[in-house]
Amino acid sequence: MCRPASVLARSSRGPLSPTNIFSPDSTPAHSIFRLSIFELEVEGAIFVVVFSLLAYAVIRFRERKQHDNSEPPQIYGSNQMELAWTVLPVLIVVVLFLTTAQVIHRVQDARRPAGAIEVTVVGHQFWWEYRYPQYGFTTANELHVPISDAQHTTPTFLALLSADVDHSFWVPRLAGKTDLIPNHPNSMWIDPQETGVFLGQCSQYCGTQHAKMLQRVYVQSRADFDQWVRAQQQPAVADAATAAGAALFIAKACFACHTVRGTMARGVAGPELTHLMSRETIGSGAVPNTPENLGKWIRDPGVFKPGSLMPPQDLTDSERDQITGYLQTLR
Amino acid sequence: MSTHPAVIESNAASWTLPSRGKVGMVSLIIAESAIFTIFIAAYIFYIGKSISGPSPHEILRIPIMTTICLLSSSLTMHWAVTALEKGQTSVFISFWLLTFALGAIFIGGTAREWHHLIVDQGFTIQTNLFGTTYYSLVGLHASHVTAGLIALFIVGAFGLAGKLKREHSERCEVIAMYWHFVDAVWVVVFTVVYIIGR
Amino acid sequence: MATHALPLSAEKTALGTIYEWIGTADHKKIGLMYIVYSLLFLVIMGIEAILMRIQLAHANSTFLSPQVFNRLFTMHGTTGVFFVAMPILFGFGNYLVPLMIGARDMAFPRLNAFSFWMTAFGGFLLYASFFAGVGLSQAGIAPDVGWFAYAPLTSPVFSPGHNTDYWTLSLLLAGVGSIAGAANMIATVLCLRCPGMTLSRMPLLAWMNLVMGGLILVTISPLTAAQLMLMVDRYIGGHFFDVAAGGSVVMWIHFFWIFGHPEVYVLIIPCFGFVSEIVPVFSRKAMFGYPAMVAASVGIGFVSLGVWAHHMFTVGMPSYGNAFFVLTTMVVAVPTGIKIFNWLATMWGGKIRFATPMMFCIGFLFQFLIAGLSGIMLATAPFDWQLANSYFVVAHFHYVIVGGILFSIFAAFYYWFPKMAGRTLDETLGQWHFWMFLIGFHLTFDFMHIPGVLGMPRRIYTYEAGRGWETWNLISSIGVVFQVAGILIFVFNMIRSYAKGVPAGNDPWDAWTLEWATTSPPPDYNLARIPEVLSRRPLWDIKHPEDPDWRYE
Repeated sequence: MCRPASVLARSSRGPLSPTNIFSPDSTPAHSIFRLSIFELEVEGAIFVVVFSLLAYAVIRFRERKQHDNSEPPQIYGSNQMELAWTVLPVLIVVVLFLTTAQVIHRVQDARRPAGAIEVTVVGHQFWWEYRYPQYGFTTANELHVPISDAQHTTPTFLALLSADVDHSFWVPRLAGKTDLIPNHPNSMWIDPQETGVFLGQCSQYCGTQHAKMLQRVYVQSRADFDQWVRAQQQPAVADAATAAGAALFIAKACFACHTVRGTMARGVAGPELTHLMSRETIGSGAVPNTPENLGKWIRDPGVFKPGSLMPPQDLTDSERDQITGYLQTLR
Repeated sequence: MSTHPAVIESNAASWTLPSRGKVGMVSLIIAESAIFTIFIAAYIFYIGKSISGPSPHEILRIPIMTTICLLSSSLTMHWAVTALEKGQTSVFISFWLLTFALGAIFIGGTAREWHHLIVDQGFTIQTNLFGTTYYSLVGLHASHVTAGLIALFIVGAFGLAGKLKREHSERCEVIAMYWHFVDAVWVVVFTVVYIIGR
Repeated sequence: MATHALPLSAEKTALGTIYEWIGTADHKKIGLMYIVYSLLFLVIMGIEAILMRIQLAHANSTFLSPQVFNRLFTMHGTTGVFFVAMPILFGFGNYLVPLMIGARDMAFPRLNAFSFWMTAFGGFLLYASFFAGVGLSQAGIAPDVGWFAYAPLTSPVFSPGHNTDYWTLSLLLAGVGSIAGAANMIATVLCLRCPGMTLSRMPLLAWMNLVMGGLILVTISPLTAAQLMLMVDRYIGGHFFDVAAGGSVVMWIHFFWIFGHPEVYVLIIPCFGFVSEIVPVFSRKAMFGYPAMVAASVGIGFVSLGVWAHHMFTVGMPSYGNAFFVLTTMVVAVPTGIKIFNWLATMWGGKIRFATPMMFCIGFLFQFLIAGLSGIMLATAPFDWQLANSYFVVAHFHYVIVGGILFSIFAAFYYWFPKMAGRTLDETLGQWHFWMFLIGFHLTFDFMHIPGVLGMPRRIYTYEAGRGWETWNLISSIGVVFQVAGILIFVFNMIRSYAKGVPAGNDPWDAWTLEWATTSPPPDYNLARIPEVLSRRPLWDIKHPEDPDWRYE
């Protein structure tokens, strides 16, 4: 499954931004959206009332004649007014709280239906690991899920873990964010209702390259998703033409951090590379996945992502090209 | 726009406010209580959560003697201050020094217990969660006792030199408040570490 | 009737002057040192902000490296809370409260000096980090873990250098200074009021400092405790936050916010005091609802201790836990709203004078209202699941801190500078300061809400093009120019007015509390005779003997 390298799939565009929280496309995001609109209406009313009073006071009660030395009537207080502007806010609070509690419960305590997709997300500095326990494979940085429509509700439930520090999973059009905290498993769910690519990024400061721990969620039709799963489940196919590159992959100790199923490379410190070429970006969204970028990346990831935990590799030009050529076969 | 200070004459002789020494010490006690509360919360949260290493039940011996010493030192402290309020300076200095001695026995006993744990049993702050929380909490308390002992020592030195009179009793009372606080904290720490946590 | 505008006489040597200030235990000098110290760090944190806003004005900018940016935002936040806001509020409180309650000094003058020097040393220690390691051009080895220093990023594994240590140690020292300062303020207010000044006749600024002091005692201490735990982990191999040994990261987060949330109330409550002193004087009316204001402030203090986990809605608490903190956070909005209504009612029916202090207070009211409303959005947990850790939050808290706290501090400067320096600040320059800063503030922080809503997280050194964030970031960055202009005008105003401003006299604003009953600046002993007061506005009683306050209170 090869993509023309120069064309990245266009992300689903909401108005103004592909990561607009007011452009929801999944039930959790929709619930939040409806609650937030209600709240904005209530607060808008409060603002208009209080601001009008302030503006009126400032205009109506300004001092007209300069220093005429008479003081206005001194009013020290009013119990009725204090009561009124205590009781009314309390009522508003009660209403807001009850509507909020309802949405909390609906989102957090949602039942997992049969047929839900399960993905275990492991946060790393500075990339995303995605394990599909139902299908027996692991991938990185680009999450694929099937669409969920009214007839076939197929939500995806995400278990959130961390391999190192705190991270946060935030794809605004699909759901609110939930943190990935070591020793504290969390869970969230999404049920996107449109196909397309949804963008997001890590939202809990996790170190130097927190800014480039980007997320891409590919929502596909069920058929496309199943096809993608089948492709991901296959181990890497050995290609005689790039055998030298494959040998260098081992000799240069790439295998110490990376896994390529079907070979002896079983490292887990870095992203799974078995189907590297099925991904549109490298470095978790840092740059598009082109042969040239790939070559530069493996020479020195700091060129694109200074502070990335992958160290620069001491390679001659020829070695770099051979390894890149080998990686290009990992479709 | 006058430049002469405008004041009202004061003739209120009956205006009394709390003593600033006591208010200051109460404030300090509140702040220290908050610090201890956080350490106690951590201790309680981590009970039973150590992945490896010895558990409290296996390794802690209940420090009954030192506890009795520390708690009775509150009594002797109270008697000391009461004596000074009545001007009985020699009674005061006896009880004051006795308080110091009892506190010193507590610290000495703690040091012995720790020596046994660390040197004989190899149980340190690094061993496991229990080790970290135990030494931190008990150590935090012990450091507060030590600070109290330093204050007691200084005042004791003044007392032995004959410098303390009835008018100093309020300041000694402020120190006594601190000492009672340290004892009260020990009641809580003792209960949490040696009774509940064990 | 000679008025001495300068507090120092000409015969003193330079060395003698320095010694006098370093060795002083006088609350007015210590107050001024706190204020000057804070202004210095305000400028420094402003420079940090300028650099960050240059970096963020465009997508994919390479003006700053990620390492430098991460150090800058950590230092900016840490400096702002601990070495600008806290000290400047302590400074005003130290200077004014003894004067306002008719006392000669704070309860513990030498402890007061100790507090100041601990705080000062903490700040210098923190900034020493800029010069260590790789040096100033790379922001040294300044802490780079964010001002809330979440575990396990701060563990020896993930922060192997000394960056985090500078953060921990400097704040530990400053915290000790703050706790001592709080105890001092509480003892002062409770024990040194002049005869007749019952607690219900105390100026509201004194009340606010009392509540602030009480809150500090139970707020800073949890941070101190957590930092001691972090030090145990980092220096002697402890496991408080060590995941490998079964430790809990979430525990750090709880402890930090148990400090962190009440801390922001520590910062805003004295500002309520400034506004409560200034609005009545410039509306020419008594404060409306004094007892309600006191009750609301005390209530805010207590409730604020139970809302901390609204900073943790995304951490993964169970639904009933989240719901509980939604409720308490919304509840704390009620007494806060009460205060806004009371200030409005004070202005209502008055004769409002739009001098610079009042302009800044009106700005405060408008901006604090908006900040409160955006706060309620963040209190709504599901809404917060989208907005947390985004630029919406950054916009919200800058709205409170700059639009609320800093505006009220500017008001306090213009109001009390005449008392402290003996000369009034220039009113024209003051208006320029106000309008420039107002424009800059709104350009930067109004539009900052939008990237948050469009998905921009905080603490990122750069961002991709095509997310719809560039225009709003550029506008925010442009606003900085106006804010800088406002601050420069302000600093110039202070320096010029101190040297050759119009002599202020005792009571330039025709105000009613005791600090205006003495000379400007006050003599070392504050008041020649300790007064007896009969009402909340002793000077009103003197100026209006036919209609004194004590008839109505």
